[in-house]
Amino acid sequence: MSVKEFIEKIKNQEIDIVEHTYKLIEECREINREYNYFNTISEELALNQAREIKIQLKQKNGNIKNKKLLGVAVSVKDAICVKDVETTAGSKILKGYKPLFDAFVIQRVKEEGGIIIGKTSQDEFGFGTFSVNSAYGIPKNPFDKERSCGGSSGGAAGLSQKLGNHIALGESTGGSITAPASFCGVYGLCPTYGRVSRYGLVDFANSLDKIGPIGKTMEDAALLMNAIAGYDKNDSTSLNAKSENYEKCLKKPIKGMKIGIIKEAFGSGVEREVEKNVYNGIEELEEEGAKAEEISLEIPIKYGIATYYMIATSEASTNLAKYCGMRYGKSEKLEGSFNEYFTKVRSGNFGDEAKRRVILGTFARMAGYRDAFYLKAAKVRTLMINEYKKAFKKFDALASPTASILPPRFEDIEKLSPLQHYMIDVMTVSPNVAGLPHLNVPVGFEKNLPVGMLLIGDHLQEGKLIQLGSAIERGE
Amino acid sequence: MEVDRKLLEHVAEVARLKLNEEEIKKFLPQLKELLEFFSQLKDINTDNVKPSFHPVELKNAMREDKEGQCLFQDDALSLTEHKKDGYFKGPRAV
Repeated sequence: MSVKEFIEKIKNQEIDIVEHTYKLIEECREINREYNYFNTISEELALNQAREIKIQLKQKNGNIKNKKLLGVAVSVKDAICVKDVETTAGSKILKGYKPLFDAFVIQRVKEEGGIIIGKTSQDEFGFGTFSVNSAYGIPKNPFDKERSCGGSSGGAAGLSQKLGNHIALGESTGGSITAPASFCGVYGLCPTYGRVSRYGLVDFANSLDKIGPIGKTMEDAALLMNAIAGYDKNDSTSLNAKSENYEKCLKKPIKGMKIGIIKEAFGSGVEREVEKNVYNGIEELEEEGAKAEEISLEIPIKYGIATYYMIATSEASTNLAKYCGMRYGKSEKLEGSFNEYFTKVRSGNFGDEAKRRVILGTFARMAGYRDAFYLKAAKVRTLMINEYKKAFKKFDALASPTASILPPRFEDIEKLSPLQHYMIDVMTVSPNVAGLPHLNVPVGFEKNLPVGMLLIGDHLQEGKLIQLGSAIERGE
Repeated sequence: MEVDRKLLEHVAEVARLKLNEEEIKKFLPQLKELLEFFSQLKDINTDNVKPSFHPVELKNAMREDKEGQCLFQDDALSLTEHKKDGYFKGPRAV
């Protein structure tokens, strides 16, 4: 049963929403024992929402049947604030923090009848590619528990593969929606920067963060996208542009659409099994009438990692300055001067990767180094955006693998140096730096592990990506 | 550019982090490797290129200068044990 069919059954009261939600929470607990997809399961909130929907359905309240997500379970990456539910962003420094308000996307999900089932596991503040940099449980790949789900929205992607009648809210700064979606064989859509409000998101890097849907099918992701896209006055970077009906994009034909195959994203450094499956995906698009040809994008692939990490760590180091053991989050006994106190709280509660990134970012912004690192990266960012914009004059979407490797084993991840770790993000960082929407589409399996293709679109062209993703899904 | 122990400890201090011996030994070679890699950006000519601080063009977003709803004092103070007489209580400043 698809999520869409499930919503119909809820509307017609063929399924008792309270009973269903109760069973679903039990199922979440079982999955979690084995796979660590949740930091918190919000049973009380979920059951209260379900009871409320049941009452409204019985009373035949006005618009209850028009709700876009009626009764659908929605999981939330732990970096997104849900009122009264512990929100840690995977960090020890936010242990016990229960927000006083809902993020914009949570308000929207609730308004549309979606049921919030819990907070999913992730790298601390989103700092990672494999969800191993967490103060809490590390999510395990749904196809092989010895391997990673990818990151940083690892719990969200793994749960999307394992749990039916569910859609996940993920968040991406440099690939944290599409990379885990690829490793878990699901659809992850990272929207244009500003398309979805960041109000209520625990920031990683303000000019890069985007909230987006992860679903087991293209339709699931489109349903959630329809609920969350749009202008929000509480986010000063929210785009005041009309959003499409993404569900309607699912069935649009793709005949005549033009796909640019990113030349530098294939060949050396990419596993052959990955490459083969991505080419199969492109062939699938051609069979449906799209035209594909090669394009060279040198700056995004060659300089993407350096540009991204300089900008992202600079912004992260300023964002993390607010965690100092006052007002909310972890605190210690008030002792010593303010510098000593803040230093004690931060040194004792940030993980290794958070410390590394705060130090890198502080360095990149410091007098004497700022021009060579932070400002230089911001200028390369301009060149990168220009290069993409030129490509989109000719193409509707650009294609590459989402990850150059199959999901790695935890024992191999441990051996990576931070630089080797960062290099794994090579395909996804640049569309994030340029604020472009991008989508992971599952295109096949190798050694029983999923392979994903990355489709990148021009600003605000999420609809075209959904059109293409849906065409591949139909072809399989 | 010499990335040495002194520079690392200075940057950490600016970021209000105290690194222990083990962390210094671990982070120093890692940061050296990373910064050397990031230096590759100097190979790109960016003469006359303006920096982008956002990926899309943004305009200043102003709101009307009108009173709105905000957090109640008790709620704002509810998330910490460090408070006194309706204020947040912080560490010693002088």
